[in-house]
Amino acid sequence: MSAFELLGFGEKGWGALLLQATAMTLAVTLTAFFFGGVFGAVVARGKLSDSMVARVAGDVYTTVLRGVPDLLVIYLLYFGGSQLLSSLYRLVTGETGFIGINAFLTGAMAVGVVSGAYQAEVFRGAYLAIPRGEIEAARSVGMSGWTLFHRIVLPQVLRFAIPGLGNVWQLALKESALISVTGLVELLRQSQVASGSTRQPFVFYSAAAVLYLVLTSVSTWTFNKAESTAMRGVRRA
Amino acid sequence: MDFAFYSEVIWRLLGGLPMTLNIAFVSVAVGGLFAVGLALMQESGVAPLVWISRAYVFVFRGTPLLVQMFLIFYGLSQFPEIRASWAWTYLRQPYFCAVLALAMNTAAYTAEILRGGLQSVPFGQIEAARACGMSRVTLYRRVVLPIAVRQALPAYGTELILMVRATALASIITIMEITGIAQKINSETFRAIEVFVCAGVIYLAINFLLSRVVMALEHWLTPHLRAMPHEQLLAKVGDKL
Repeated sequence: MSAFELLGFGEKGWGALLLQATAMTLAVTLTAFFFGGVFGAVVARGKLSDSMVARVAGDVYTTVLRGVPDLLVIYLLYFGGSQLLSSLYRLVTGETGFIGINAFLTGAMAVGVVSGAYQAEVFRGAYLAIPRGEIEAARSVGMSGWTLFHRIVLPQVLRFAIPGLGNVWQLALKESALISVTGLVELLRQSQVASGSTRQPFVFYSAAAVLYLVLTSVSTWTFNKAESTAMRGVRRA
Repeated sequence: MDFAFYSEVIWRLLGGLPMTLNIAFVSVAVGGLFAVGLALMQESGVAPLVWISRAYVFVFRGTPLLVQMFLIFYGLSQFPEIRASWAWTYLRQPYFCAVLALAMNTAAYTAEILRGGLQSVPFGQIEAARACGMSRVTLYRRVVLPIAVRQALPAYGTELILMVRATALASIITIMEITGIAQKINSETFRAIEVFVCAGVIYLAINFLLSRVVMALEHWLTPHLRAMPHEQLLAKVGDKL
């Protein structure tokens, strides 16, 4: 069979499965990025806090997760998670057994905690980019707490964070390929399966590379668009 | 806590340290050479060279490293012509493929970092050097490269740390470096948390040392940003007062 037929949508073509797997890659990355956003926001808050403990905790989080291989984090959550659950199961029921855990959620969580470390730095930088005067002005008109945060801080943090978030998103997209080690059928895993059963690894890994390129290029375009939209009210030299 | 188990795991994992360092060092060195080539191609102004270099950077930065590694290690073996050629002696070895993939990958990122560094050199400095009559080589050696390297160093430090992290992927194509050994111990003992935490500590130590080295290098290369000796002395005295 020619490469064209192999990648096509015919009876023996893998096209539909590869597209499905691409959608899975996108889904798992979106979930991971969302988890990362939550962790990142909390950690950034800690790093900017007045409390010494919170600052140190935030620094430890970002240092550790940016210094340890992402693959190791995936292994830790995937195998460690089922180790924990299995021992809980033994405690509760008294029987031994192995409990597997959901590959999608674990994978998204693993990529998410790593992404959170990078997003924390992005949010922190974006927060520090807000002119102090704006916050003082908001305080002087009597805004406080939540009002100040969602009217003044949040819109500007998001605006300044867009370029950095774009980079972190690309990292997460590429890191999502590592989730294939847990058996989740995303783009790389699907190409592995297809390579195995057709013995045409070059064709399928190239196809995967092209699909990843499409994903990263569309992301670049989207983030550029978002940046210019968010910056439309800012005068620049 | 089971200290005997921890110390046994750490010792076994440290057995993979030479391989991890070896892969990281060789691929950073080879990738650095590729990167210089790529950056020079982009700066050359010759259209086909610029185009090739840009395409290379686009492809290698836009796809996951693991896909690149699989393409080299499994993908190339699809062709009987390659299996029959001299290249097969190398391309069949997981070590060679892992290093090649890592080197080609880091080359793309490093080329961009280098290009950023080269572009950060103020044009006035180059003009001034030319006005003094420096030749192209002297100009690069005395003016352009020192400024570019200094400018690129922080970003390159980050890239080095990313490379140390990326060596873990070599374990997926069967190389027994730290992560490979950790995975093996995990499958023997089913004590995933302890094993992977120990492995994480080793990587963290490597990257901590690495970041210190880069910081020291930065300090050494930026004497103009440090306080003058008498200012440092004053600062010290000031602390005591």
